[in-house]
Amino acid sequence: MERSTLDLWVGLFVCAGIGALLILALKVGNMSGFSTADTYQIYARFDNIGGLKPRAPVKSAGVVVGRVGEITFDNKKFMAKVVLTINKHYQFPKDTTASVLTSGLLGEQYIGLVAGGDDANLAQGDTLKLTQSAVVLENLISQFLYSKAAEGDTKK
Amino acid sequence: MAADNLIEIKDVDYWYDKRRAILSGIDMVIPRGKVVAIMGISGSGKTTLLRLIGGVMKARKGEVRVDGQLVSDLDTAGIYKLRSRMGMLFQFGALFTDMTVFDNVAFQMREHTNLPERMIRDLVYLKLNAVGLRGAHRLMPSELSGGMARRVALARAIALDPMLMLYDEPFTGLDPISLGVIRNLIRSLNDALGATSIVVTHDVQEALELVDYVYYMSDGKVVAHGTPQEMLANDEPLVHQFVYGEADGPVPFQYPSRNYGEDLKLGARHG
Amino acid sequence: MAERAVFSVRKLGHTTSDIVIRLGYAVRFIVLTLMHSGTSFRRFGLIIRELYYTGVQSLIIILVSGLFVGMVLGLQGYETLQTYGSESALGVLVALSLVRELGPVVAGLLFASRAGSAITAEIGLMKATEQLSAMEMMAVDPIARVVAPRFWAGFISMPLLAAMFSAMGIFGGYLVGVVLIGVDEGSFWSQMQNAVDFREDIVNGVIKSVVFGFAVTWIALFQGYDAPPTAEGVSGATTRTVVTSSLAILGLDFLLTSFMFRGV
Repeated sequence: MERSTLDLWVGLFVCAGIGALLILALKVGNMSGFSTADTYQIYARFDNIGGLKPRAPVKSAGVVVGRVGEITFDNKKFMAKVVLTINKHYQFPKDTTASVLTSGLLGEQYIGLVAGGDDANLAQGDTLKLTQSAVVLENLISQFLYSKAAEGDTKK
Repeated sequence: MAADNLIEIKDVDYWYDKRRAILSGIDMVIPRGKVVAIMGISGSGKTTLLRLIGGVMKARKGEVRVDGQLVSDLDTAGIYKLRSRMGMLFQFGALFTDMTVFDNVAFQMREHTNLPERMIRDLVYLKLNAVGLRGAHRLMPSELSGGMARRVALARAIALDPMLMLYDEPFTGLDPISLGVIRNLIRSLNDALGATSIVVTHDVQEALELVDYVYYMSDGKVVAHGTPQEMLANDEPLVHQFVYGEADGPVPFQYPSRNYGEDLKLGARHG
Repeated sequence: MAERAVFSVRKLGHTTSDIVIRLGYAVRFIVLTLMHSGTSFRRFGLIIRELYYTGVQSLIIILVSGLFVGMVLGLQGYETLQTYGSESALGVLVALSLVRELGPVVAGLLFASRAGSAITAEIGLMKATEQLSAMEMMAVDPIARVVAPRFWAGFISMPLLAAMFSAMGIFGGYLVGVVLIGVDEGSFWSQMQNAVDFREDIVNGVIKSVVFGFAVTWIALFQGYDAPPTAEGVSGATTRTVVTSSLAILGLDFLLTSFMFRGV
């Protein structure tokens, strides 16, 4: 095989390969994943985080504004302590509520932020005061059964 | 005296495991400028000896000296330097199958020298002409006959004008014409290059016509040595059987086996 | 009876120690190859030549297989997702399956069978016809001249081939899902883009294919280099390359997947 023909084919091959990688990277995937420089961290405590995992999205009004960081157990308050890494572009007032929500009916859990009305905004290291824990299916069911039973009693 | 000998092998032993010695107590001297044959039946250790000279293997005991240098003293770089002054012709040529004849011969020149391509081209043609195959330079090794392939391999081996030529069974499987060609080439190249040649072979007829001196090996030892005339006149049974190609003798015809009668189950019949 | 048991145990021990010794030899082999890679990079033409034989000549099988795998994913995925009313997630299914697993693994298996066995056969044959010994006698290190360029060619080819496999596969899934079946084109791509994360999925897939490339090329080269210099020896070595490479790929895939996608 002629040297130049060989080089041509190999060159095309490598270009095609790199092209495929680029297609995958740009068109197929999304390059989201905020670099640490553009984010700030706030804390939230929950009675029950349910199935929340690190790297779960933090959304407000349905738009992803950040990611869940580390999840630890606060042994003094006996609550879950969650680190929220928020994109610097988005500022939230100090009385924002954080809830653990589920995507769809049985999907993965994420944090939903509902903004409050405070003038001052959350800064790096602040803790959210208002939180709502995850809905635990078993509690819901037992509540329902209990209320049904109570209803039955009053009817009698 | 030492300067006259290109290769000196003193009391060399080689084994893979101690129980089966491949070479024992080999003493050999290869004088400069001579063509020497090392002969013996298959398995007598001839190829191992070639490998020791080429530094591919190290002797377990004894000394191998090439051009005054102890081969076992050399490091990898030293061995490679030594090998670039040697040329070896392998039994079936061992040409590089993915290159043309031209590229095969040019291989060593391109790897070891900085010569410009024009000079390399001239040298390649020179070498190919010496073996009579200049016109075949564009062919691929798969397109060559056995004899032609070996000649190209020969041209490749002499590419850098080596001081020592090693031939591993150069006559095996060749037709009479090619045999004659190779035989003449070995002698003429040796004299033209001012080199020394070692021919490992078991082709008695060709060897005795060609060489200046013969070493005959059997079972890892040198059993006899001398000029071709001396070998022909040697009446030691082992040597005689080999030189005259006798079917049975010290090297038996029958592979070791049980008594024939036992194998045929003649039972009470045999004595 | 006890004798036979002892014999079996001893045989097992020998086999195990043989395997261990061979593994050690293989490690020494790859270390030597890496150390002698200088020549390959100084004379890059050597690598380019091998890139043609390993990479370019594997293109057809990789692209065609990628297309078919993607198309099957599209078909099967659609059937299953339809029962949950989630056909629009077809793009996600196809893309994630390919980028995370099928791309690196299947491309790796195909590479092992096509290019790996070719490398083993070539080197084994060179050994059997004494070409490697001839090279050594001409004071050229066969590891630097023959083995190392092929190693780097395989190492470079593998990730590129895996990426092309995945890309073709996604195209195949698109062909079947959107063009043939009629899944909504917009949601096909948009859901895919949302679900496939560059760092998590694509980069991990590339890392996998790099590791597979290293393993397969190493195995192929070693089996060829170590093959007995006979016809049966070489044919046995090529078979061993395909089998060992395939097992290695699947095993490494499990290891890598558990590190990468453990669900953090």
